[in-house]
Amino acid sequence: MTLNRRTFVKISGAAAALPLLGSHAFAQLEKIKIGFIYVGSINDNGYNYAHNQGRIFVEEALGDKVETIFVENVPEGPDCERVLRELAQQGCNLIFATSFGFGDSVVKVAAQFPDIAFEHATGYMPGPNIGLYNARFYEGRAVCGTIAGHMSKTGKAGYIGSFPIPEVVMGINALALSGRRINPAFTVKPVYISTWNDPAKEADAARAMIDQGIDIIAQHTDGPAALQVAAERGIIGGFGQGADMSAFAPETQLTAIIDNWGPHYLASAEAVLAGTWTPGNTWEGLKENVVEMGPYGAKVPEDVVADAEKVRTGQIDGSFHIFTGPIKDNTGAERVAAGVVMTDAELLSMDWYVEGVEQPA
Amino acid sequence: MELMIAILVTVVGAATPILIAALGELVVERSGVLNLGVEGMMLIGAIAGFVVQFHTGNPYLALLCGAAAGMAASLIFGFLTLSLSANQTATGLALTIFGTGFSALAGSSYSARPVTLMQPLFPAELATHPIAKVIFGYSFPIYFSFIMVVAIWYFLHRTRAGLILRAVGENDQSAHSIGYSVIGVRYLAVMFGGAMAGIAGACFPLLLTPQWAERMTAGRGWIAVALVVFASWKPFRLLAGAYLFGLVMTMELYAKAGGGPLSVIPSELWAALPYLATVVVLVLISLRRDASTNAPACLGKPFLPAN
Repeated sequence: MTLNRRTFVKISGAAAALPLLGSHAFAQLEKIKIGFIYVGSINDNGYNYAHNQGRIFVEEALGDKVETIFVENVPEGPDCERVLRELAQQGCNLIFATSFGFGDSVVKVAAQFPDIAFEHATGYMPGPNIGLYNARFYEGRAVCGTIAGHMSKTGKAGYIGSFPIPEVVMGINALALSGRRINPAFTVKPVYISTWNDPAKEADAARAMIDQGIDIIAQHTDGPAALQVAAERGIIGGFGQGADMSAFAPETQLTAIIDNWGPHYLASAEAVLAGTWTPGNTWEGLKENVVEMGPYGAKVPEDVVADAEKVRTGQIDGSFHIFTGPIKDNTGAERVAAGVVMTDAELLSMDWYVEGVEQPA
Repeated sequence: MELMIAILVTVVGAATPILIAALGELVVERSGVLNLGVEGMMLIGAIAGFVVQFHTGNPYLALLCGAAAGMAASLIFGFLTLSLSANQTATGLALTIFGTGFSALAGSSYSARPVTLMQPLFPAELATHPIAKVIFGYSFPIYFSFIMVVAIWYFLHRTRAGLILRAVGENDQSAHSIGYSVIGVRYLAVMFGGAMAGIAGACFPLLLTPQWAERMTAGRGWIAVALVVFASWKPFRLLAGAYLFGLVMTMELYAKAGGGPLSVIPSELWAALPYLATVVVLVLISLRRDASTNAPACLGKPFLPAN
C-alpha cells in the first residue's frame, strides 16, 4: 500500500478511533513467545533467580506451545528501552519487565507495540497493554517476625536494607510489628547499604550489627551473605530472602521467604494464548502461593513453628493482617487507629517506621 | 574494648583485598604502564579461587590459582598494549569488561554453592586474648599483604632490579639505549600486577563471604587504582591509604548499626571521608612539586624505540 494522502487520512482516522474501543482486543494464538528482562543475574540466589524460576515453570507447563527469551543484567535506563524494543521486534507476544525501575521504558515501548502484552513487576503505571503485578512479601516478613520475637535473646534484630523505598520499609515494619506481638521490647535496627548486590559489604554490615548486640538478622538485598556471617558468628539465626538459602547456612536459616512467580506467569501466558489477556493489577501473597515460606530450621522449637504457622495460615484465610491498627510510628505518634487496616495505597507509599524500629542513621 | 577489636578485625578484612590489588598496580605503574583492568582481573581471580576452593577445599591452592588466572588475564592486556602498542587506557577498560563477563560465564553453574572460609593461620589458642587476636587472629592473605608492602618497598628502592624497573617507568628511551629490555621489564611488571589482582579477587570468596556472586568485587578494583595515585606511588603510603579506606568503609556501617559513641560522627560523613581525604592528599601533592611525589614520567605511554 502506498501512503498517499487518502490512505493517510484513513489510517489516522482509524487510529484516532482506536481509543474509543476501550482496551485492545488480542487474537487467539497457537504458540506464544515470551520475553523476560531481569535487572540482575539469574545466578544471584535471590530476586532475579526467582523470576527466572518462574520462566522455567512456564516452559515446563506449556511445552511446545511456548518459547521464552530472557535478557539479564539490564540496567534501569535507556538500555532497558532498547532491550524491550528488541524483544518486541523478535516477535514476543508477552513481555515481563521484572524491576521497578523499568517502568518508564515499558510505558514508552508498550505504546509503540499495541499488539503486545506487557507486564511490569512492582510498578504503578498501568496502560492499555500494560499489566502490573507484585507480591506481598510483607506477609512472609510477618511470619519471620514471629519467629524472631520468640527466639531472639537480646530482643534486638538487625535488618540489612538496600534502599529506603516503600517495598523495603514495609518489610522492616512487618518484621518489627510481628516481633513485638510476641515480645513488646523487641526492636529492629535497619542498616541501608545503597546497593542490591555487594556481598562483601552485606557481610560487613552484618558483622557491624552482630558486634553491637543483635542476635537475629534479616536482609532485603539479593544474596545470602548476611546468613553466612550469622553462621560464622554463631548468632541465633536469619532468614532467606527471595529463595531458600539453606544451602549457605543450614543450621542458621530459620525460614525463608520464597518468591514464586511461576503461577502468575503461567496464568498470563495462558490468557495471551486464549486471546483473553487484559491488563491486570495483581498484588498476591501467601494465599495465592506467590509468596511461600521455606522450611523451618531445625533450631526453631515446635511451639514457635506452631505460632508461625498460625500467622501464615491467618494471612491465607484473611483472619490476620499485620498492618492492623493501632500502629504507632517510631516517634510515638499514632499512625493507624485501632481496628483499621492500612490500604494497599498506604502500604505502597510507606515512608515511616513503626514503633520499635530504630531510625536509620 | 571488645567492640574496638571487632571493628579492627573487620577493617583489616575490608582493607586487605584492596591493598593487595593496589600493590600490584603500583609496581605496574612504576614500570610506566597504566592497567585499568584491575577490577576485571580481580573478578577472574575471584571465580578461579572460588572454583578451586569448591572442588579441592584447599585455600592455598585456591589463592595460587587465583594468582595464575589473574596473571593469564594480564597477559592479554600485556600482549595488546606492549607487543601491539594498543592504547593502555582503552585496553584496560576492555579488560575489566571482559573479566566481568568471563567470570559471570565461568561462575554460572556455581551459584547457590557455598565454600568454606579460609581458617586463621595460627592455632586458635594463640588468639584467645583480645589483644592477641589482633595480632594472631587472621588468615594467610593478611600477613601476605604486610609482607608484600615491605618486599615491594625493598625491591623498588634497595635492589638493582627495582632500579631498572623504575628507570623503565621514568625514562624508557634511556633505559632502552643502555641496553635494558623495556618491553620485557614491563611484561614482568604487568604479570606481577595480574597475579596480585588475582589473589586480591580470590580473597572475596575465601576471606570475606564464602560464595560466588557475579560482580562480587563491586568496584573495589577501581578503589585500588585510585589508591595508587592517592599514595603517590609509594608502598607504605599505600598501606596507610588502604587502611584509611577500609576504616571508613567499615566505620560507615558500624556508625549506621550503632548507637552511642559510634554515631557521634554521622554515617554520611564517614561515607564522604575517603573523597575528602583524596582531595586533601591531591592538594598536598600539588603543593610539593618535588619529583618524589609525581607519577612515573612514562605512565600510560606506549614504548616505541627511537632508534
